[in-house]
Amino acid sequence: MNAMDGIQLDLISESKMATMTSMEKIRMILDGVQEGKILVLESGLTPSEQMKLIEMTMTEITPDEFSGIEIETYPSNKRPGFLSRILKKRSILTRLTVVGPADKIKTVIKNKDLISTILASE
Amino acid sequence: MGVFKRFKSNLSSLVNKLFKKGGVRRIGIYGPPNAGKTTLANRIVRDWSGDVMGSVSHIEHETRRARRREGVVITSSNGSSITLDIVDTPGLATKIDFHDFMKKGLEEEEARRRAKEATEGVIEAVKWLEDLEGVILVMDATEDPFTQVNVTVIGNMEARNLPLLIVANKVDLENATPAAIKGAFPQHPMVSISALEGLNIDTLYEEIAKRFG
Repeated sequence: MNAMDGIQLDLISESKMATMTSMEKIRMILDGVQEGKILVLESGLTPSEQMKLIEMTMTEITPDEFSGIEIETYPSNKRPGFLSRILKKRSILTRLTVVGPADKIKTVIKNKDLISTILASE
Repeated sequence: MGVFKRFKSNLSSLVNKLFKKGGVRRIGIYGPPNAGKTTLANRIVRDWSGDVMGSVSHIEHETRRARRREGVVITSSNGSSITLDIVDTPGLATKIDFHDFMKKGLEEEEARRRAKEATEGVIEAVKWLEDLEGVILVMDATEDPFTQVNVTVIGNMEARNLPLLIVANKVDLENATPAAIKGAFPQHPMVSISALEGLNIDTLYEEIAKRFG
């Protein structure tokens, strides 16, 4: 934690995410969360990266130390076009994502275009 | 993968889909803990083969190992039938805290063991997703549908172009709002049921035959 008490919030830009591999993104998230940070990812994770993150989180859960993550992202609502169907290259847009330690962040409201969370004061 | 390779692969997949009608489909039942996945799996297997798949509990993560039942034949009202391998998976979650199990009355040692097994169960459920040809995503109709688990499962099925059927479960409860689920994911078919009471279960079987047949 920094000299000033509080929770560190890291906002990761889309261009930064674009330079990282899937494993680098997941490692960055899990390391950050285990340090107690809240991460806001401008461009989020792909569905397969989200699934990999869930899997990796499970391997790192430790009783009394790390109970997992709270992650919220907007659902994708982009429909594929004809060409992307043929090529199976669905243009799913990854969207803004908030990730934090499960014991420090709680989602209050989430819908298609709003994520509202509260952070634990302690 | 190059454009032509991808096109060839997808053309081949399309041809298989067109000419492999009647083959066995491996379908996974997914969802967050306590959505009623095993209750639904038991209902399907009992209705079509007179058996059950696993035990159910009000405490989360009762199912901590995936179970597969092969050769479940479902016949629709028009007489056509579909053969399914049904995989009942452990509930997907992003956090597991043994203290939550203690709050439900488990002793600490048992709660810790359950938490450890639950984390392994989630990993197993994630791994199974790669070997499936379709998913029934069970949601608790009394809960907010915009959970990360739901968003992640739906995103993965969309990305892989595999059939998905959403089941809004527990509609026998007074505070159930299946319309909220439909509103959240309007691009996918949804059936409202009570797996426990058997409400609307015939409609579900028709939809299963239609989606996965």
